Amino acid sequence: MANPTSSLKEVGTELAPAPPGREHGTLTAWIQDLIFTVDHKKLGLMYVGMAWLFFIPAGILASLIRTQIAVPNNHVLGPEAFNQAITMHGTAMIFFFAMPMVFGLANYIVPLQIGARDMAFPRLNAFSFWTTFFGACFLFLSYIFGPGLYGMGAAPDASWFALAPLTSKAFSPGNNIDFWSLGLLISGVGSVTGAVNVMVTIFCYRCKGLTLYRMPLFTWMVLVTMFLVVMFLPPLSAAQIMLVLERFFGAKFFEAQAGGSAVLWQHFFWIFGHPEVYILVLPAFGVISEVVPVFSRKPIFGYPMMVAASVMIGFISAGVWAHHMFTIGMDSFSVTFFAFATLVISIPTGIKIFNWLATMFGGKIRMEIPMLFCIAFLFQFLIAGLTGVMLGVAPFDWQLNDSYFVIAHFHYVIVGGIVFAVFAGFYYWYPKAVGRMLDHRLGLWHFWIFTAGFHLTFDPQHFLGFLGMPRRIYTYQEGRGWEFLNMLSTIGAFLQGVGAIIFIINMIYAARKGKIAGDDPWDAWTLEWITSSPPPEYNFEQLPEVRSRRPLWDLKHPEDPDWRFE
Amino acid sequence: MTESALFTIFVVAYLFYIGKSLNPPYPREVLEFPWLGSFFLFSSSATVVVAEHRLKKGERGGFHLWWGITMALGAAFLIYTATEWYHLIYHDGLTLSTNLFGSTFYSLVGLHASHVLVGLVLLGIILVASLTGNIKDRHHEHIEMISWYWHFVDGIWAVVVTVVYIIGMQ
Repeated sequence: MANPTSSLKEVGTELAPAPPGREHGTLTAWIQDLIFTVDHKKLGLMYVGMAWLFFIPAGILASLIRTQIAVPNNHVLGPEAFNQAITMHGTAMIFFFAMPMVFGLANYIVPLQIGARDMAFPRLNAFSFWTTFFGACFLFLSYIFGPGLYGMGAAPDASWFALAPLTSKAFSPGNNIDFWSLGLLISGVGSVTGAVNVMVTIFCYRCKGLTLYRMPLFTWMVLVTMFLVVMFLPPLSAAQIMLVLERFFGAKFFEAQAGGSAVLWQHFFWIFGHPEVYILVLPAFGVISEVVPVFSRKPIFGYPMMVAASVMIGFISAGVWAHHMFTIGMDSFSVTFFAFATLVISIPTGIKIFNWLATMFGGKIRMEIPMLFCIAFLFQFLIAGLTGVMLGVAPFDWQLNDSYFVIAHFHYVIVGGIVFAVFAGFYYWYPKAVGRMLDHRLGLWHFWIFTAGFHLTFDPQHFLGFLGMPRRIYTYQEGRGWEFLNMLSTIGAFLQGVGAIIFIINMIYAARKGKIAGDDPWDAWTLEWITSSPPPEYNFEQLPEVRSRRPLWDLKHPEDPDWRFE
Repeated sequence: MTESALFTIFVVAYLFYIGKSLNPPYPREVLEFPWLGSFFLFSSSATVVVAEHRLKKGERGGFHLWWGITMALGAAFLIYTATEWYHLIYHDGLTLSTNLFGSTFYSLVGLHASHVLVGLVLLGIILVASLTGNIKDRHHEHIEMISWYWHFVDGIWAVVVTVVYIIGMQ
């Protein structure tokens, strides 16, 4: 590991600190530093960079999908390419955009928020990143390697949940499915080790006085998330090992002719698949819980309830997976159980929404960009939750499962909820990581165009679902009343693309010319704002000591500190 | 925790598919209760504890002896499994692709055996490091972790035996 040249370079940069946003040294030195670094901040940024790197192809695939079904009988993509596009879009967005984003934010923010100098296992951290990254590369190489069927690469084409028996050798003869299962197996190892690392960091490396009961909510929710990763990623890995055994060695797990069960694959997949939604959304809740109080100038309302609700969500999420499977014919007891559990999980989620609203209520709200994204999040996540409850009611689900209503629902969760929270977090923490502010005017453009595009894309899809449009069809006939709504949806998708491009321009522009941020541009209260922006490699000159939930408030207001009221 | 979840899924798959194989061989016809293998593995859990005690008392010789015995027992377990599999494959004609029993049996027992193998490698690294004098007092915690892992692998074997050789043979 210890490479003499790289350590020399690091010493060099310490002696002459680079101005914010600019790197010293040559390109090779920079790359060498990226490869050998074990610093949690650099790895966090690399995770985030990886997320945006894979966001671009996955986004392009999404716009290709929307272009194909914008008008009836369209021929932009053939059926095979369409299947590959939906599979790669879903897989890449979940595993190589959202997951690295979660890990990137956790990596960067958690050690700073708990007053630690680094993660518990820095080298394991680098290992986690690189395995995740190579898993992602492996998946995308499927487009290049192997002619595949029909001569267009062997990208996986069985949709992101790869239902059996479509994945068996008989129905998927090429190597497409193998790229999917092996790529995700590799990156899964990285996710699990990364999760263990974050958990140990939170449990063992909190600074003096930072009890669990004073921990920032983002860190709390990351902690619950990491438990979920450790518990519920292995079912996916196990199922994928079975799939690999089946495809390479002729095992019979999911083969109906030998008595195997295709339904078992669905159970295994969704035991992972539903907690995965909470793996992605809990850190998003964490971001909202950080941003809303700071921009409402009030401490978070109902901190203990927020923590309890997160832990409850973590527990209940283990028992709702089969609500994805109401239509496969379960007995009435299972249907009732999973419908009930699905409705119950909306209670802690509702508690959270009420707490955010109560935090904003009566506060001095500053309409900065992060807050705008949070407010949009609250509206959209509420609707996403409501359609989720609707789908949790089994008879309703029998009608609408596998229709565009489901697509609209989960894109409301993932885009309207998670991506909006990610944007909020980006505008909030970018100054800390780079030392310069993102541009406010470009941010407004980004916010309004992206929000308009989002609603234009996904609002009509609810109605498409009611009108009976099934998901995963690559084209449709005229005269079903789907044309207008599909066209709207496609226009919306391109608007979102424009919004995303503005955001990328903003990031590049701000890194060079943005306003200098200073240590604490938002007048916030958690520990990451004590240190300089960007933080030095050792994070804190002196490890801080915490006496309340808002350590920076105590520092700024010694006459009225929080700890008096604890 | 992760490994437990991984094993849970394979155990569930095994339980789910008990009695669902459509063609022979069936477990009752070909499996024998692994008295010998279980004896090897369970007793190795005891020897690793003895080894740890010796280490804490500072008796390096005793530590090496008991640690070596642990490794030998682990290796004996693997050899037992290998002969069992050899018999199953070449005598009874049961492979991964024969039927559901084959698929679930080899994947579950194989997953466990691979963990035993990893444990053996870890034990081996410690033994070599200790014999070459590289184990200091501050490494005791690492050794404790490895012995915990070894106990974990044993615990899993208890579950596997229950599922495969007791419930599965009813």
